[in-house]
Amino acid sequence: MRLAALLLALVAVLFAGSLLSGPLPVSAGQALVALFGNDGTPLAVVMREIRLPRALLAVMIGASLGLSGAAMQGFLRNPLAEPGLIGVSGAAALGAVLALQTGLAASFALALPLSALGMAVVAVLLILMLAGPRGASITLILAGIAISALAGALTSLVLNLSPNPFAAADIVFWMMGSLADRSFTHVWLALPFMLVGWALLAGLGRGLDALTLGEDAAQAMGVRLPRLRLALILGTAASVGAATAVAGAIGFVGLVVPHLLRPFVGGRPSALLWASALGGAAMVLAADIAVREIFPTRDLKLGVLMALVGAPLFLHLIYKTRKELP
Amino acid sequence: MLVSVRISSALAAFAVALTTATAALADAPERVVSINLCTDQLGLLLAAPGQLVSVSRLAHDPDSSAMAEAARALPTNGSRAEEVYLLNPDLVLAGTFTDPATVQMLRGLGIRVELFAPATALSDVRDRLAQMGAALGQQDEAARMIADFDAALNDLGDAPATRPRAAIYYVNSYTSGDRTLAGDILRMAGFDNVATEAGLSDGGTLPLEQLVMLAPDVIVTGRDYPGQARAEDVLGHPALRALQDTAVAGSLTDQDWICGTPAVLNAVREMRALRLHLEAAG
Repeated sequence: MRLAALLLALVAVLFAGSLLSGPLPVSAGQALVALFGNDGTPLAVVMREIRLPRALLAVMIGASLGLSGAAMQGFLRNPLAEPGLIGVSGAAALGAVLALQTGLAASFALALPLSALGMAVVAVLLILMLAGPRGASITLILAGIAISALAGALTSLVLNLSPNPFAAADIVFWMMGSLADRSFTHVWLALPFMLVGWALLAGLGRGLDALTLGEDAAQAMGVRLPRLRLALILGTAASVGAATAVAGAIGFVGLVVPHLLRPFVGGRPSALLWASALGGAAMVLAADIAVREIFPTRDLKLGVLMALVGAPLFLHLIYKTRKELP
Repeated sequence: MLVSVRISSALAAFAVALTTATAALADAPERVVSINLCTDQLGLLLAAPGQLVSVSRLAHDPDSSAMAEAARALPTNGSRAEEVYLLNPDLVLAGTFTDPATVQMLRGLGIRVELFAPATALSDVRDRLAQMGAALGQQDEAARMIADFDAALNDLGDAPATRPRAAIYYVNSYTSGDRTLAGDILRMAGFDNVATEAGLSDGGTLPLEQLVMLAPDVIVTGRDYPGQARAEDVLGHPALRALQDTAVAGSLTDQDWICGTPAVLNAVREMRALRLHLEAAG
């Protein structure tokens, strides 16, 4: 419980920090007045229409990625499973790009998250099929590389074929992710899918705890594995799909956060779920503050920062788990 | 010998005096190929019939070219050296931002290439017209067109009582400052450019937050391109509509704003009409 209070406090502080960071220096007092005053001044518009949705999206997306990472790692019992690395985010980005470029998203707003969710389901299914029930590292990573590469190539292809002269530059956004200039439209578009995804993933706790004893023991304890797997697939696809549809693919959050928090929850997957959701929110908030403080007028992509933190850790994890590699 | 030289030079002087146009036409290029959107339009304005034989592909695109209709009579080229060389031109018209490799290659093949700098102010239109007139041997026509341009610009130059503050906002949060053609169009139409307040006289990235805080009287957004791109999302951001005292004038910066040709007069007229409309609306 002390961990929960600590993480909540961290998220709250970073949320406030996110509201206060941007190209314009704003004092906390001014920001508070503008946020709740709604007096139509330019500052109120900045706070309510630009910074508030951005901070909210950081929390929602961070929680989705952290939670999905912890759930996948618990189910596959492999610390390398992460939505970004195994191609789920990449596939979701492809789904979002397809919805946008075919004009589907313009005629029917929900087509954007739905299409991202659909492609994410395909990717998770492929991963689970290829990696098998135990999720051996080598097959997991190889399958992830293949799915990521294919999804990335198809995303680039679709964007290069677009008649829009700026579409090709969007490749960076879809591969690296950014929260720049997102609005409440995106919050409302993503939130329903994320809520469903969070609910499904949060319900996995008991099953994942039982799985630590092995599949047979889990089944003996009354855990129905096919149902567990289905909830994992849909939950991950819904939350990661919605996150990617509005902010692009942000990698490594689901890898770094559960890894950092695992010692604090005694390695219990059920506790790691909520802890990683909070930790993920804190991490994306912090990264989003950093990109604005480092280059205030340029849109430095979140994925760049996350990869700088996450890739070394990923290498470290591979080094640690290499004993199980042939 | 001496007499014959005298006679020929006298004849030459007579010919020049008789009609400079004929003299100019004598060494005027006969097969001109343009490989840049702006030289396409200047060439179409000034070339004699049959003198311009090909224009760049963009010239046919009505979203980019103010003279797409006139350009359709001519075949297009893809602006690459190989294709242009096979058209057998004696003059190639290109922009100073045309791929230097293409220009070097063509010059290496012995073809004259005339480079035109992009216009960064309305006054540049006169210089470009004069340059194109000289390149094509159509100096008289160019001089006439410059006089027309000056007269039309003069008619538009009334000093407004109040100058509304405007921002030009393109995809990727890009804005044009005073030292750009678009900025000069805005100034001529009677607006003050908020990009100057933000220290972006040459144009650059103006973050959405900063634009909102500047709260201009009018935001002129760039044209809408076909298809979708996230870079365009910023133009539809709810924050732009949430500003109470700001009008958003959409998709105004079109083909008339791109090149330094007399078409910029249309842009000035359109912006001037917008200013008068805003004044009338209070």
